[in-house]
Amino acid sequence: MTTNWIAIGHIDDIPLRGARCVKTPEGKIAVFRTADNEVFAIEDQCPHKGGPLSQGIVHGKAVTCPLHNFVISLESGKALGADEGAVRTIPLRNIDGQLSIAFEAAALVAAE
Amino acid sequence: MTQKLVIIGNGMAPGRMLEELFEKAPGLYEVTIFNAEPRVNYDRIMLSPVLSGEKAYEDIVIHNDDWYAANNVTLHKGAKVTEIDRHARTVTSANGIMAGYDKLVIATGSLPFIIPVPGHQLPGVLAYRDLDDVEQMLEISKGKGRAIVIGAGLLGLEAAYGLKRQGMDVTVIHLMPTIMERQLDPAAAYLLEKALTERGIDIITKANTKQILGTDKVEGIELEDGRVIEGDMVVMAVGIRPASGLAKEAGLAVNRGIVVDDGMLTSDASIYALGECAEHRGQCYGLVAPLYESARVLADRLTGGEAEYHGSVTNTKLKVTGINLFSAGDFADAPDRQEIVLRDAAAGVYKRLVLKEDRIIGAVLYGETADGSWFFDLMKKGTDISAMRDTLIFGQSFQGGAPLDPMAAVAALPDDAEICGCNGVCKGKITSAITGKALTTLDGVRAHTKASASCGNCTGLVEQLMSLTLGDAYNPAAVTPMCSCTELGHDDVRRLIKAKGLKSIPAVMQELEWKTSCGCAKCRPALNYYLVCDWPDEYADDYQSRFINERVHANIQKDGTYSVVPRMWGGVTNSAELRAIADVVDKFEIPMVKVTGGQRIDLLGIEKEDLPAVWADLGKAGFVSGQAYAKGLRTVKTCVGSDWCRFGTQDSTGLGIRIEKFMWGSWTPAKLKLAVSGCPRNCAEATCKDIGVICVDSGFEIHFAGAAGLDIKGTDVLGLVKTEDEALEHIVALTQMYREQARYLERIYKWAKRIGHDEIRRQIMEDGDKRRAYYERFVFSQTFAQVDPWSERVSGKDKHEFKPMATISFHQAAE
Ligand code: SRM
Ligand SMILES: Cc1cc2nc3c(=O)[nH]c(=O)nc-3n(C[C@H](O)[C@H](O)[C@H](O)COP(=O)(O)OP(=O)(O)OC[C@H]3O[C@@H](n4cnc5c(N)ncnc54)[C@H](O)[C@@H]3O)c2cc1C
Ligand code: SF4
Ligand code: FES
Repeated sequence: MTTNWIAIGHIDDIPLRGARCVKTPEGKIAVFRTADNEVFAIEDQCPHKGGPLSQGIVHGKAVTCPLHNFVISLESGKALGADEGAVRTIPLRNIDGQLSIAFEAAALVAAE
Repeated sequence: MTQKLVIIGNGMAPGRMLEELFEKAPGLYEVTIFNAEPRVNYDRIMLSPVLSGEKAYEDIVIHNDDWYAANNVTLHKGAKVTEIDRHARTVTSANGIMAGYDKLVIATGSLPFIIPVPGHQLPGVLAYRDLDDVEQMLEISKGKGRAIVIGAGLLGLEAAYGLKRQGMDVTVIHLMPTIMERQLDPAAAYLLEKALTERGIDIITKANTKQILGTDKVEGIELEDGRVIEGDMVVMAVGIRPASGLAKEAGLAVNRGIVVDDGMLTSDASIYALGECAEHRGQCYGLVAPLYESARVLADRLTGGEAEYHGSVTNTKLKVTGINLFSAGDFADAPDRQEIVLRDAAAGVYKRLVLKEDRIIGAVLYGETADGSWFFDLMKKGTDISAMRDTLIFGQSFQGGAPLDPMAAVAALPDDAEICGCNGVCKGKITSAITGKALTTLDGVRAHTKASASCGNCTGLVEQLMSLTLGDAYNPAAVTPMCSCTELGHDDVRRLIKAKGLKSIPAVMQELEWKTSCGCAKCRPALNYYLVCDWPDEYADDYQSRFINERVHANIQKDGTYSVVPRMWGGVTNSAELRAIADVVDKFEIPMVKVTGGQRIDLLGIEKEDLPAVWADLGKAGFVSGQAYAKGLRTVKTCVGSDWCRFGTQDSTGLGIRIEKFMWGSWTPAKLKLAVSGCPRNCAEATCKDIGVICVDSGFEIHFAGAAGLDIKGTDVLGLVKTEDEALEHIVALTQMYREQARYLERIYKWAKRIGHDEIRRQIMEDGDKRRAYYERFVFSQTFAQVDPWSERVSGKDKHEFKPMATISFHQAAE
């Protein structure tokens, strides 16, 4: 299984404590930038009812879903607190601000 | 036979390397150094104290001429190497000096990055890298005038401070929202910015330079937003690039810097690279500590050793007299990390340690940095801190010291700070009443001072003053904290924002000793509202602290699409507007058009990316945002009134439209809905609104505190006024009173219940001065609020919101 790094843009394209989305054949990915300039990529679909997590408020290393306030960890993809559920996290590479996300070619072929 | 060692560059890294080398193996090499700068090796780090006048060049020389002579080193000053001949093993300088080598060390340092904006070549545009730069700055600073520093990183801020000390006015321009964002979290950045501002340095964040102005020398700069700042000097301190050009021309492996292995060797077995020009394991360093570590490794290698360099963890300190700042490691927080935050607002101290698996992985210290090196040491060594966890933040010398005083914020207020706004009572008056009259209850304080006797908003603060003054003798009623980031309730936070003049979210979090570094989804929107309300002209709205609807000015739907509701003033429309709406619906294939309960039309199911185009078309027809998403003025419902209705007593439609046009755009603690009915039959349902008007023959009956959502509650009458003008003034004043006092998300009916309907009537109906003051504050705030958010975004504001960052095709992904 080969990992395929695809460039998605620069860290400065994302506002601090904000997010942008990346459209992919497998659905939308939300890319976050925290107050401390860390970046994370997760699936843009809340485990609760599919809310677009990229639209939530970012605090610490978590995002609050805009639909019903689940708090999702950006690192693990897991819902925090009493809520349950998790979203997929996507490997993200940051080299001097240039961001790329990883795709697993094998998985894609399987999906084809 | 002695070997020939040639070094290109005479900076701090090779200087240290040579000291080690001469100690290990004196006489092993015959050393020749080429230096582009016409001088010996000096302490570059100390240029800032030279610029500020705290030191002279002579004080910062590391190796003087005698040292070179004693070690038999040939130093070519002012000789810039322009060619390396790897085949012949020689280097040649621009002024024609050639030298042969057995071993070559490239130590060319970095080049300052100059942003290529128009005007960047004008005399007076300077970098901040070497003594020549400093001398030029000192020369220009003799004429006083203003200096503009671009970049609020370590270097930029040190330059700014130095120039200020030389008597110049200084403005720092920074692209990012907070200064030194690579080293500091927003809380520490806030403190630093405050300290620098207090030293008279102007700092403008979120500012992008468009061009440098001037004909034959610098006269100022123009920012992207059109602002012009006049100045006699522009210092660019926006970053550095490894000076790797020479090595690249010689055919060595170069990425960002010259690629070296763990023995500092380049892709050529006789050539090493050292210092900022080198790239080790993908990392280029810009601080001396890691360079010194690798210098030691290189000295060992040059004497036949096998030492290896494995990379370094770095820390940063800012060298501005009187400011203590330390940062190291990774200070972002995450679920698997814990943070320990200590804020002592009175002493201006902020400390934050980030822990992972019982080890320190990051630290930011402001105000008190004595323990920086201890924390750094624990961090580098990966020491397990679980045993000392509870006292860790107090530092190495902690010996069971005093616990933190949660009252510090109140204690720090000056005696003349106003505590009770309604009755104008200051802190000193309350504390002296408590002691002088031996008061022990809140009622006692109310009776004697009137503090907290009116709106009650300051009750929490008065209680804190009582416990401060009385100690254990007073047991304050528990306040519900705003959220788990703070112990303070909404009222205390609101009061303290005013009393302490706090004007940004990091300021509030610091001064009120927040327990988290950047708050949560509960407190951030609330703080943002309080600041917008309290400082309409000064506070810069924090976009990222708003809920998505208020960020994109549309309502998010369950499927992630948005709904758009244009304003229909007072519920009145016409054929042109309806036609424009119909055209938009067709053009964007909008799946649902619905008449809302608020007398206007909702367009549902619009893709986020289409929003700006939809607004552009609606805007052309004269529509502005209906703010159906806002904690702000929503609708003013009306009935047809005296113009048409056989029972109508006044022009209810006209008044409704007038109120809506006056009040749209204002932010309120919760949503605010109004209605105006033309007679007591009340077809506009005014008696279940936040504020309603029932028109009668003798004038306008103003109602308030109704509800028809989660709770159902008929309104109460505020009072009767005779004219439309008076009606408007009273409604606006009531709204402002609510804006200033309510807790975030508290509708009018809940706020009114808490503080008393009579108190509101007294202030709005009876106290004319108070009413007019409220009214005027609302009007002032509207001058900043009445900007149509849709047209702003059509013309490009926040455009990143509406576009995906990237679109990846199937092909690309599967490649
Ligand atoms: C569109 C509309 C329903 C309709 O099709 O008629 C509507 C739709 C929503 N209402 Fe409403 N309310 C609408 C009129 C009302 C009314 C009637 C009125 O304004 O005369 C009420 C009762 C009056 C009142 O507010 O007291 C009303 C009481 C609520 C409440 C309960 C508020 C409360 O404090 O009790 C909520 C929930 C909330 O705000 O937390 C709510 C929340 C919502 C939200 C925003 C739900 C949400 O949080 O996403 C719905 C947004 C749908 C959307 O995206 O457009 N809506 N909502 C109406 C828009 C009016 C407008 O033109 O702006
Ligand atoms: C104002 C200022 C403040 C600083 N403060 C700190 C601080 O507080 N803490 C910290 O750790 N670091 C600080 N630094 C960074 C620190 O000074 C550098 O990391 C360090 O000096 C780098 O050492 P170096 O030997 O790699 O390069 P340099 O010291 O830059 O030396 C490189 C030398 O090579 C010469 N040269 C370049 N090309 C050629 C050529 N082709 N031929 C001949 N000579 C050439 C240059 O003229 C220069 O003299 C500061 C830097 C500046 C400018
Ligand atoms: S009543 Fe309001 S909140 Fe409830 S479903 Fe209808 S529109 Fe949504
Ligand atoms: S969809 Fe995210 S919380 Fe419901």
